[in-house]
Amino acid sequence: MAPVLSLSHISKGFPGVQALDDVSLTLERGSVTALIGENGAGKSTIVKILTGIYTPDAGTVNVEGRDRRFATPKDAWAAGIAAIHQETVMFDELSVQENIFMGHMPGGRLIDRTAIRDRTKELLARIDADFAPETPLKRLSVAQKHMVEIARALSHEAAVIIMDEPTASLSRHEIGELFSLVDQLRDEGRAILFISHKFDEIFRVSDRWVCLRDGRKVGEGLTAEVTEPELVRLMVGRPIDQVFPKRDVVIGEVVLEVEGLSNATEFADISFELRRGEILGLYGLVGAGRSEAMQCVFGLSQPTRGRIVMEGRPLAPRAPGDAIDAGISYVPEDRQEQGVVLPLGIRANITLASLARHARGWFLSSSSELDATRALGDRLAVKAASWEQPVMELSGGNQQKVVIAKWLATQPRVIILDEPTKGIDIGSKAAVHAFIGELVADGLAVVLISSELPEVMGLADRILVMHEGRIVARFARDAWSAEAIVAAATGAVAADRAA
Amino acid sequence: MPDSPRYTVADRPPFRLADLLLRWESILVVLLALVFAVNAWATPWFLDIYNLADATYNFSEKAIIALAMALLILTREIDLSVAAIVALAALGVGAAGALGQPTPVLVLTGLGIGLLCGLCNGVLVTRFGVHSIVITIGTMSLYRGIAQVSLGDQALTAFPQPFLDLQQTYFLADPPTPLSFVLFLALAVVFGIVLHLTATGRRLFAIGANPVAARFSGIRVDRIRFLLFTVSGLMAGLAGVLLTARIGVVRPNIALGWELDVVTMVILGGVAISGGIGSIPGVVLAVLVLGFATFGLTLLNVPGIVINVLLGCLLIGSIALPILIRRAMRRRRST
Repeated sequence: MAPVLSLSHISKGFPGVQALDDVSLTLERGSVTALIGENGAGKSTIVKILTGIYTPDAGTVNVEGRDRRFATPKDAWAAGIAAIHQETVMFDELSVQENIFMGHMPGGRLIDRTAIRDRTKELLARIDADFAPETPLKRLSVAQKHMVEIARALSHEAAVIIMDEPTASLSRHEIGELFSLVDQLRDEGRAILFISHKFDEIFRVSDRWVCLRDGRKVGEGLTAEVTEPELVRLMVGRPIDQVFPKRDVVIGEVVLEVEGLSNATEFADISFELRRGEILGLYGLVGAGRSEAMQCVFGLSQPTRGRIVMEGRPLAPRAPGDAIDAGISYVPEDRQEQGVVLPLGIRANITLASLARHARGWFLSSSSELDATRALGDRLAVKAASWEQPVMELSGGNQQKVVIAKWLATQPRVIILDEPTKGIDIGSKAAVHAFIGELVADGLAVVLISSELPEVMGLADRILVMHEGRIVARFARDAWSAEAIVAAATGAVAADRAA
Repeated sequence: MPDSPRYTVADRPPFRLADLLLRWESILVVLLALVFAVNAWATPWFLDIYNLADATYNFSEKAIIALAMALLILTREIDLSVAAIVALAALGVGAAGALGQPTPVLVLTGLGIGLLCGLCNGVLVTRFGVHSIVITIGTMSLYRGIAQVSLGDQALTAFPQPFLDLQQTYFLADPPTPLSFVLFLALAVVFGIVLHLTATGRRLFAIGANPVAARFSGIRVDRIRFLLFTVSGLMAGLAGVLLTARIGVVRPNIALGWELDVVTMVILGGVAISGGIGSIPGVVLAVLVLGFATFGLTLLNVPGIVINVLLGCLLIGSIALPILIRRAMRRRRST
């Protein structure tokens, strides 16, 4: 079968990096191709070339037998290529139908509202979406917004659909629905390019795979004929120890006690104890209230009931500063929004939460700041040109290291990690896992919020499972199974096992 | 992390002359030199020391407010009520003068009113979570309205001589320097130190660049915002005292439209309206550029409305030029 889209010998360079080097790739009708590679391997550059945001320095893009040159995103749409991004880029204040037909409204000078509504209804019915065309986009969940984007792609009769980490913010159930939609699109004869970091997803949906490393294609083939370790080796160029670090940490006295913590809507009756040297896993679906409960412990919101005891002293943090002073740190989930200050340098970011330690009289001592930055930055192996380099110029993994360094600089006794490996490549992931092991070995107590079951099961000493704002199950390390944890998280059973 | 290779990270980036020359402050220094050169060439009176000293009278009061405004804009806030606070403070000073109060009472009245107005702005902004542009447009009308209602079409003109002497004689005899200019320079040093050398200053940059991450880092964002509005009110109060002493008469339309002059100084000084970028030296340079350019044009008998057109061009030109240069350099580097 002739490929619907083929990229031949594409190269694209930026000052200082060769993002793509002689990459060829074909997509076929009725087939899902997984594009895999670590962060920085060139996946997003390919997406940007296919969607008309970048033009390649060399090579050709051929769609349905014709060579194309996309000068603008509109050219790419016109050629039948549609992209669904990890963070949806749409208009929150507008309705579903306006989002779908933005840029190609039917009608002449005046917009034909009835036509838009009828066509939107028809498109939404095709993908089994159960919301009305008039719904404002801001009222939809991320999963529903993805459906709007898919409907928009269908409205263009797109032959090629690119999905760039579409599952990043979805719950397990929503991911399942998205995958059946992908199956449906494949059966309709569309070509799909699927980008994901998660191997279970790649094996679930894709027919073929293409692997990039450092801007080059290092392999391709049929998904049925490859194994996960083979793909990992191709991606990183070396085998990675997927086994979680074995730790021999003596678990000490209780550091943090939370009792009956509740707020009006998001979580209720949260109680747990955390000991020195312990990793407490907090598992649950997206929206189960895990982050909200921990943000309350950190002073970002006020509880309506319940109490917190830190190192034997009652703690009622009115703001994060109180929690930090008491020895609690919180590494937030949204790195770019809540974690780093992008335009500031590495040094200013790392010392931001502990500036008082670097004050000499009225003034900040930049040499003291630099000493702390060097010590933590080197310990975490931050890759940068200089310690003054703005954090926005760093890769996602390095930004995450800067955020963790900022929190270690406050010398916490309790550190809450909220999805610490979300969206970073497996190389950095393994490094973060190893580092969490080091932290508890140093006597810290860690609360690990994670939606990745292997990660929680690999690292945690105990796991609490939250469902709809409550802790529904507690598991000790020797008494858990993946099935039981997932069942509890989805609300199927409530268990309480020896923890 | 044990199995990661070590990287050597430099303490600071390598020095590049182009970076230094393209700094906003460098561009302002060139601009200031140009203003002096052109004016000195165009009129023999420009470089006269007494003329220059008198020129500083005309911008120092606004410049004092601009220092506080720079910190506000840096943290993504703005205070549009400053000119109205100047009027209300001047009204208080005038009223105290009419009651025959001595100079210290007059000064404290002006400062006190400014402080109160600033506190009020601070409370409103931090309590209601509405952007300060909305709140301070409201208080701008409120404060100016109070001044207009209480004064009507009257003017207050009774002041003790020592009070008028504050601004109608030189504070320093040689070189002749008005009190307002001395205060501006001294405050500029204080603001510069706070912004660039203290932990509080670093926190301001963090709030301006990412208020959410700043809050997550334990910075008490609302407390700092509240403080900045209070300082802004206090500076406006001080400007009101100085202005009243200089012109010796208070009418309700005093300092009308100053808020935009002040914002112009801050923007030309390189403070990003989107927050997180800016410097006090930049604002000081911008104040001098604007002040002496206006003064030079006045000496040349250019009508005030034409001066406005020229200053508008200067502002737009000086903002556009570095952007165009950077774009050109990037294009050359990438080809």
